[in-house]
Amino acid sequence: MSTPILEVRDLVKQYPATTAVAGVSFSVPPGMCFGLLGPNGAGKTTTIEIMEGILPATSGEVRYRGEAQGPRFREEAGILFQKTALQDFLTVRQSIALFRGLYSSGLSVDEVLKVCALEALAGRDSRKLSGGQQQRLLLAIALVNDPAVLFLDEPTTGLDPQARRNFWELVQSIKARHKTIILTTHYMEEAELLCDEVAIMDRGRIVAQGPPQRLLREHFAEVLLELPRQDFPQAARALPLKVLEASDRIEITTQDLEGTLRTLLAAHVPLTNLRIRPANLEDLFLALTGKELRP
Amino acid sequence: MIRRLLSVWHARNLEFLRDRGTLLFTLFLPIALVVGMGFVFGGPPRPLFKVGVLAERIDKGSHPFLREQYMEFVATPDETAALRKLTHQTLDLVVDLRSPARYWVNTDSPKGYIVEKLLLAAAPDAQRQPVTGVAVRFVDWLFPGILGMNLMFSCLFGVGYVVVRYRKSGFLKRLHATPLSAFEFLGAQVLSRLAIILTVTTILYVGIGTIIGFHSAGNVALLALLLVMGALSLIALGLTVAARFSSEELVGGVLNVLTWPMMLLSGVWFSLEDSPRWVQWVAHVFPLTQVLDAARAVMLDGAGLAQIAPQLLYLAATTLAFLAFGAWSFRWRID
Repeated sequence: MSTPILEVRDLVKQYPATTAVAGVSFSVPPGMCFGLLGPNGAGKTTTIEIMEGILPATSGEVRYRGEAQGPRFREEAGILFQKTALQDFLTVRQSIALFRGLYSSGLSVDEVLKVCALEALAGRDSRKLSGGQQQRLLLAIALVNDPAVLFLDEPTTGLDPQARRNFWELVQSIKARHKTIILTTHYMEEAELLCDEVAIMDRGRIVAQGPPQRLLREHFAEVLLELPRQDFPQAARALPLKVLEASDRIEITTQDLEGTLRTLLAAHVPLTNLRIRPANLEDLFLALTGKELRP
Repeated sequence: MIRRLLSVWHARNLEFLRDRGTLLFTLFLPIALVVGMGFVFGGPPRPLFKVGVLAERIDKGSHPFLREQYMEFVATPDETAALRKLTHQTLDLVVDLRSPARYWVNTDSPKGYIVEKLLLAAAPDAQRQPVTGVAVRFVDWLFPGILGMNLMFSCLFGVGYVVVRYRKSGFLKRLHATPLSAFEFLGAQVLSRLAIILTVTTILYVGIGTIIGFHSAGNVALLALLLVMGALSLIALGLTVAARFSSEELVGGVLNVLTWPMMLLSGVWFSLEDSPRWVQWVAHVFPLTQVLDAARAVMLDGAGLAQIAPQLLYLAATTLAFLAFGAWSFRWRID
């Protein structure tokens, strides 16, 4: 196995009223897309901001290429924060040029514009971009130093589905250039599509870690049956089934699909809207962290 | 380092120039102030006359002129200093009532003309003495104050609010994720604001000078050096205030607390020579007072580098102290 490009060791971040990160350790080899998943308040953003060198840890350490984070890390890291405002009155090109001027080496402004499909918007005031265009600009700024490691903190939150898919394609093209990516996200579909390995966080700790498919195999030997909540009568709740209740639907997990279907038919549960699917990261996320998103 | 600094400097200049409202206001404010002050101070003379008496103390019983009403008599034992105040019109007349009585009057001063008549009524034998040097109009005395006040507001508010806005919006946090250091960032802000201020001050100097025509006895390059040093000190003070706050209202309050005493006590509008000693001591702590004292010395008295060296050194020292404190206490993000 190659030497990790990033190592997080026993990371703890305490605030007066709460412990945001309670002893997190993992390592990321070069070229991997590593996902940090979890509900709101799980400690994802705190962890990634300590890794970025933005926030000091209470204890523990982050090592970059085997050394403590230093000037080399700042030169070689690209960062896209959850929320970033840019300088007013600058065009897309000028915003990128500003950040390009802060690094000793990297891509040219034209190259970055091309990578992020911003050529047509180069002369536009950065405040007049749509949400998806704004995120592409922030990604361009994160790529301006041709970083070895790229941090993306919930990069597609608030984007419409089309813009989100466009952004995923961009990240996949960056992945194809063997860049290391650290990604936090609420979207399990995003994590499944982009991440080679994920760590699911809850209450400041990692509760599961590994490649998504391996985690699914470990936690789910079953298939899932989904029914609209109104199609599942109160009497059926007494049936000997593993039932999870979401806000608008009922999820039944089972290894015996035929037997479960016979049970439901015998209980006169309408199956017209039944959906059968294999478990995904969303199910794993919900199973490990609970249904409710904790503030 | 220079490249990074220039990059931020360039972007900040673009941001300022494209914010048309702020740009226009920055140019409009000092001109409006000059015009406004011209209306206020350019009218009829105030009823109170100020007469300098060459004596250690004022003895009202020693001469009938000293018992005249609506006059303020100020003991000024140093003849040279008294005559300098006369040319600056901070005194309307200087008298030496010891026999034979002598007096000096600024012939450009309307108040001097009237108070001379009053003196001659009380002391018809008093001998008029020639005043050497060029007489200074009030506008000549006021103009350095206008330049200084424009400098103060532009430096403190221009820099302070910008940094707080950057911090609130998260732009500073994003810059923190790059190799840019706090000192480089602050240095770029100082140089950007300095370039703006020098441009505006040059426009003011040339424009107002052409319209009103003021007296400047000293070296323009020395005056420019003084204004650069003053601007650096005041910008650094503004950065110190904005180093860690994230509320515009709070920073606005702190800046008001700094600007109002400076505006009132630094001698922008009136001379503090007759103020209590503690007021003068407090006033001289302010960088603006140092700027104005030195600017008036250069513009009105033709002072050279050696004469204003103490003020230049004071401004350099306060710049370094403010910048060092600002860099030390600087916060990239909201805590």
